[in-house]
Amino acid sequence: MFVIRHKIFFFALSGILVLASLFAIGYWGLRPGVDFTGGTILQVRYAEITPAPEELEMLLTEAGFEVSNVRTGDNGLIVRMETLEEGDRDTIQGLLASGATTSSATIERLSSVGPSVGEELRRKTIVAIVLVVIMIILYIAFTFRKVSKPISSWTYGFVAIVTLLHDIIIPAGVFAVLGYFSGLEADTLFVVALLTILGLSVNDTIVVFDRIRENLRIHQERNTKEEFSLTVGKSLEQTYVRSFNTSFTVILVLLVLFFLGGPTIHSFMLTLLVGQVAGTYSSIFIASPLLVAIANQKKVA
Amino acid sequence: MNARIWAVTILLAAIGLGFFVFYPKENQTNFGFRLGLDLAGGTLLTYRADTSGVTSSEVDGAMDALRQVIERRVNVFGVSEPLVQTEQARLASGEERRLIVELPGVTDVDAARAYLGETPVLEFKLIGNQDDLISGATTTPVYVATGLTGRYLTGARLDFGGASGGGVIQEPIIALTFNEQGTELFAEITRTHIGEILAIFLDGAIFSAPAIQTEISDGKAIITGANSVEEAKDTVQKLNLGALPIPIELVGAESIGPTLGSEVARAGVVAGIGGLLIIAIFMILWYRLPGVVAAVTLAIYAVIVLTLFKLLGITLTAPGIAGLILSIGMAVDANILVFERMKEEIMSGKEMKEAMAEGFSRAWLSIRDGNLTSIFTGIILFYTTTSLVKGFALTLILGIVVSMFSAVMITRTLLQAIAPKQITPTVRFLFGSGLSK
Repeated sequence: MFVIRHKIFFFALSGILVLASLFAIGYWGLRPGVDFTGGTILQVRYAEITPAPEELEMLLTEAGFEVSNVRTGDNGLIVRMETLEEGDRDTIQGLLASGATTSSATIERLSSVGPSVGEELRRKTIVAIVLVVIMIILYIAFTFRKVSKPISSWTYGFVAIVTLLHDIIIPAGVFAVLGYFSGLEADTLFVVALLTILGLSVNDTIVVFDRIRENLRIHQERNTKEEFSLTVGKSLEQTYVRSFNTSFTVILVLLVLFFLGGPTIHSFMLTLLVGQVAGTYSSIFIASPLLVAIANQKKVA
Repeated sequence: MNARIWAVTILLAAIGLGFFVFYPKENQTNFGFRLGLDLAGGTLLTYRADTSGVTSSEVDGAMDALRQVIERRVNVFGVSEPLVQTEQARLASGEERRLIVELPGVTDVDAARAYLGETPVLEFKLIGNQDDLISGATTTPVYVATGLTGRYLTGARLDFGGASGGGVIQEPIIALTFNEQGTELFAEITRTHIGEILAIFLDGAIFSAPAIQTEISDGKAIITGANSVEEAKDTVQKLNLGALPIPIELVGAESIGPTLGSEVARAGVVAGIGGLLIIAIFMILWYRLPGVVAAVTLAIYAVIVLTLFKLLGITLTAPGIAGLILSIGMAVDANILVFERMKEEIMSGKEMKEAMAEGFSRAWLSIRDGNLTSIFTGIILFYTTTSLVKGFALTLILGIVVSMFSAVMITRTLLQAIAPKQITPTVRFLFGSGLSK
């Protein structure tokens, strides 16, 4: 099949995207949210005119608060600052009311996180990711345990993980770029988005692998032989409509959520969208060709 | 025929269920769903409990006592459906105990925490360097905790007495009553330390320091030394609300205004309905008759999930709604897998009935594997992360489990009910897909 024949091209394309993403993550870094670092996010809504971010920053700084940045949100200003102490909220509320230029302002959201809470969340997040990855390898190796020719069931698990990394690194890279240019922060929801991508991506990959497994079994039962690359190509052909349709519906839902779901889940949905596109692409153009490439390697060796 | 009876039963049951879930009752908003803080607006406070003064075997008990005390205070505060939980956090520096207080509808963090934070920590302490004080080696007494704290209190009462004050005027005194454990502890302390000073600390500051006269075994103590009747009264009230057994410190606060909350909630509902509609339209356009069946199944799926939410009392949050809508995507995936497979079987020349059976049985493995890994991911997320993510994980798991049931069982029954016996050109068109004729 086309995809299998030209696998080098798709590997290269993905390789470039992954490298670019890694570069973005390494160079600009992911901007961690306050829930990981500790600190405060303050969302202020103005009844009439929203003032310039610098204005609010000055107001708060002059009152002695340590402000990291102030940016314009969907409904006012979003402030990132130090962890608040007892009574600080009232002080800020007072400042907002006294501000000469500001029409009546209200604190819409206040989220203050102590450093220990942030540390715990970081730890939990890492544990969650590691556990999910281990679970996926084990599960795939287990369900594909009867398939051992021409490549072992562990290879399927391994390839699934490579695909996963691909699907996670690319949205993370996009996030790093957005973080640099528009101040998007990688918070808990970002991590949830990555983990959801893990689930969706595995789902996609498994459907193709399942078809390969079935076709291999058919050949075994009929005692016929077929080139592994042909079997994989045929399996891909049989599943790509489904892969596309499924992704398309999920993407439709994500787009609806992105546009109608409100500002709180904007970046969450964006991460999922990028991940879903990468996931669909990789399940067709990376996972199965990689299986063939590994099988070919073994044959040569 | 059987399948048709089942299909009608399913449809009627779904309509009944939908009626039960969505029929608004009197005095009920949100159709009776529990909304999380991010949707309803409210305050979430996270406290770190200082357990350094408690032995490790007693920590659980102390945390439970702490929770009860805070719960009492919250109830006095007059918040509907508050939630007070304890949490255990493992950090690099060791274990940390936390107390999490959710106050729906309260948006003023400072007012809330001022109320909860009024923490009369009541402690009884002995002087540890009695000898040095007597010999004059030092003048500052060192106080040693006795283990007797406000945790063992059953009640406090304002009283007036003159005897202890040397018969002067009626002096306000605070009468304390200990529980069984406290009584024992108090008796032991007073028995073994007769003549010594037993200092009473309130909120870390010394309140009074009477000398122990005799052993007190009835579990009653009296605190004198209040500056005014008002102060004594205030203290009694706070002690009755519950002295905190261990000190707490605020480490995190989150408050969401009601406007923002309702905006998010509305956006979630709109996105949910929009998502369902757009999927239904796509499925009908692409898969024709089976697509219609899939759309009906989706509606039934939504009803079942929402009913479960209500019955299980699951709190709806923004990430939770996202998880739910995502599971719709996965529910459709199962349908797509089946329909694609069915189409293949029809094209290979099989009878309709056989093609359907094959379609479902062949697609099942993929559906199972894909959904199981997602469920496992959900379970891991649920057990390893914080409440925000838990909401997402829970609805995702629930959604996937229900979708596996609906996409396989319900779709199959409905399809069998409408399955034609012969494959005529019309049937071929109705069961075809995409751009084919």
